[in-house]
Amino acid sequence: MNATPTLSRRIFLGYSFSAGALLIGTRLIPGELLAQTVAPGAGPLWQAGVYLGIDVDGSVAILAHRSEMGTGIRTSLPMIVAEELEADWARVRIVQAIGDTKYGSQNTDGSCSISNFYDAMRVAGASARTMLEQAAAAEWKVPVAEVAARNHVVVHTPSGRTLEFGRIVTAAAKLPVPDPKALRFKAAADYRIVGKTVAITDLDDLVHGKGTFGIDARMPGMVYAAIARPPVLGSTATRVDDAAAKQVAGVQTVVRLTEATPPYVFKALGGAAVIADSSWSALKGRDALKVDWSESPHAGFESTAFRRTLLDTVHAPGKALRTVGNVDAAFTAGGRTHEASYYTAMLAHAPMEPPAAVAEFRDGKVVTWAATQNPQAVQDAVAEALGIKKEDVTCHVTLLGGGFGRKSKPDYVVEAALLSKQVGKPVKIVWSREDDLQFDYFHAPAAQYLKAAIGADGLPTALLMRTAFPPIGSLWKAEEEYGGWQANQGWTEIPYPLANLRVENGPAPAHTRIGWLRSVASIHHAYAVQGFTDELAALAKADRVDYLLKLIGAPRVIDFGAEGMPGWKADDEKHRFDTARLRRVIELVAERSNWANQKSGNRRGFGIAAHWSFLSYIAAVVEVEVSEAGEVTIPRVDFVVDAGTIINPDRVVSQFEGAAVFGTSLALMGEMTAKDGRIQQSNFNGYQVARMNQAPRLTNVHLVASTAPPAGVGEPGVPVIAPAICNAVFAATGQRIRELPIAAQLKGRA
Amino acid sequence: MAATPAAFRTRLSQTARSCPWRAEDAAVITLTLNGERRTFDGDPDMPLLWVLRDRLELTGTKYGCGLGLCGACTVHVGGQATRSCQTPMRVLDGQTVTTIEGLAAAGHEHPLQTAWKAHNVPQCGYCQSGQIMQAAALLASTPRPSDADIDAHMAGNLCRCGTYQRIRAAIKSAAAGRNA
Repeated sequence: MNATPTLSRRIFLGYSFSAGALLIGTRLIPGELLAQTVAPGAGPLWQAGVYLGIDVDGSVAILAHRSEMGTGIRTSLPMIVAEELEADWARVRIVQAIGDTKYGSQNTDGSCSISNFYDAMRVAGASARTMLEQAAAAEWKVPVAEVAARNHVVVHTPSGRTLEFGRIVTAAAKLPVPDPKALRFKAAADYRIVGKTVAITDLDDLVHGKGTFGIDARMPGMVYAAIARPPVLGSTATRVDDAAAKQVAGVQTVVRLTEATPPYVFKALGGAAVIADSSWSALKGRDALKVDWSESPHAGFESTAFRRTLLDTVHAPGKALRTVGNVDAAFTAGGRTHEASYYTAMLAHAPMEPPAAVAEFRDGKVVTWAATQNPQAVQDAVAEALGIKKEDVTCHVTLLGGGFGRKSKPDYVVEAALLSKQVGKPVKIVWSREDDLQFDYFHAPAAQYLKAAIGADGLPTALLMRTAFPPIGSLWKAEEEYGGWQANQGWTEIPYPLANLRVENGPAPAHTRIGWLRSVASIHHAYAVQGFTDELAALAKADRVDYLLKLIGAPRVIDFGAEGMPGWKADDEKHRFDTARLRRVIELVAERSNWANQKSGNRRGFGIAAHWSFLSYIAAVVEVEVSEAGEVTIPRVDFVVDAGTIINPDRVVSQFEGAAVFGTSLALMGEMTAKDGRIQQSNFNGYQVARMNQAPRLTNVHLVASTAPPAGVGEPGVPVIAPAICNAVFAATGQRIRELPIAAQLKGRA
Repeated sequence: MAATPAAFRTRLSQTARSCPWRAEDAAVITLTLNGERRTFDGDPDMPLLWVLRDRLELTGTKYGCGLGLCGACTVHVGGQATRSCQTPMRVLDGQTVTTIEGLAAAGHEHPLQTAWKAHNVPQCGYCQSGQIMQAAALLASTPRPSDADIDAHMAGNLCRCGTYQRIRAAIKSAAAGRNA
């Protein structure tokens, strides 16, 4: 058995730059520039604290400091650098960064990699290009205004002479780094890379099975570990009988891991770990363990009862988050009212690659290779668990086989590091699918209640909205029951300018670890808001597109502070909510879907939903067919997306194609349940996600051309799908679906 | 092609003494893997998936569920798409196994791999080895599959990123001998 460090060197190992190489980096805050020239024999790129390096042979290395889980970010951010550098994309190599605060945030979630680092990437590229141009001008003894970089060479425009980047990089490296305020950026019309479809850097590897994911990472001499974790959050192992486990071929030992206590944050859950010489033996050994578990305060967690509790909660007053006018007075004025309750089930992330990492503790330090969305959180969590310094935790980032928020939480890396310390060898932690589903940081089950007073024109004159769900904040403060920022997502930040509005949040305790799942609380809030909007439009017998546009009202940049949301601050231009852009995507999706000419009825229907999240404006029209047996199929989805400036259009389109499938999964079949505090689903037979024959047949994605600052694309496609599906089901069948998943609700009734 | 150890032997045999049943069960299994003859003398119950991944470092074949529900571990056994997580080594004596690493001869590419790139199918890419192996078996038996053929044949392969639409398009491109 050979045991070589077989992590793909091409992807993960940095390389030493030659003497005279230029290394450029920018800090997070645009305008504050950090550049370093590197002495001969300098170490690997990431030691230099930079995003960009150019070697004397002209090769360009660009550091990807965010995690690749399918969005294409490992390609898109370097594209921005290469564009401003005037690099030949074929001569760019991408190097994955380790976890280090010097790169700024590496927490690849919140759909913010491009929006937060667009400026920094442009400054890095333009700074290096400017220095190369200055060096070339000096060599030719011509004014710098007469030279321009173009596709990896600097050109002296009057004479046509050229110098390759590699030829002048040594001279350029000796120049002072330009003031970022003085940098000249390329005009968008001159872009050769940004805005064009570029194949992801890992494409060839991925179709040949050569991509290195967390589960593929190896370290010399490593062993494999599978853990029996507390089946109910908060229980502890009172007795571990490992006799049978130790008889399993390949099992080396069984060790205990202390159970975590609240707050759970990213701690290892603890339990009993089987150490073996293969994944198979570790899993088989773990199954052979006999463990007695103590009672837990969460042993009463049961999903049906909890659903009832959440619905009861939203039928009582909650904490007011936003108040405009007086809804109570409007409701008692005697006009028509309409009310409805919504519920969405608990969900699991279920990335195709379960959580995976290998870690080695040696000489007081930890080195890990992990499929993580957040290598700095790995450093923090591992350091805290082992009582070492953050700087002594080196986290290499592999490719991620999906993330969806799960791999922002590094509990599994902590497990590997703790076990490595115990057994004195590198440990690969093996999470089976059962482990993944049962010990997830679940998307919270949620309930909403909405009540509207309806005016003579069919539009609401007052709206009361209540939401309740166990919050993510319970990870840090176990007794937290209010939603915080999640209550704002698509809820407090409702864009309808109503004379009377009250938005409330009721309490809900957490009985599992709660986490953020792709688009987070926008999943349940967009579902309830866009579903209820469709209900009001149906009562008004109005065209859904017209009604939605009327509710959004005249174009405006929303000042939520002025519209009854205390504490809300007007943010910078990038983060404002401009309803003109929301209106535009709705109008465009009506055009693209031929909305005006589509006829619903006879088990075929069209539904629309629109939502603003992660700074992007999204509308979708979904076509459904409902069979006599109550099965929903989706022939077509039309998306219109305004995500501002687009870097790699095909990867943006693919994110929305994927969001249509992700949204279909949670709308039609996704549901995790608990009984006696234990999660009842353990694999894809119990927790279903959409297969090819259940996914939308055709998803069309139209990107709105825009020069606005780049916004999010990974998450914003998800929230509109479930409400658009259910609105289409209503159009097709007359049956209103107010709970997700739809599952069997239409059976025998359509 | 990923490098593979020269000898297809495992350390499991070193633990045979602790397993009473092993002495009679430790027959050597011989098979052809990606065109090379291999022998295996480890635990015959060990699924092919883990032998490929943990012993041979052929990690292109992925774990996804361990129950044959997701298709991430799909390889070819005797040309048939097979879930390697459900295939114990004991049934492979004399069989021919092909993984994603051996789908095309060295220096060549299967038309599906070319089509996959032309359509930019992968997002995270994790399930794509299994998708391609499953699709390759389809094209081998049904060179010009209909949409219904594709759905029926591919429904066992999950993609959580949601690349199904492009998978279908890429299969049709490859079947039609065009890769765009």
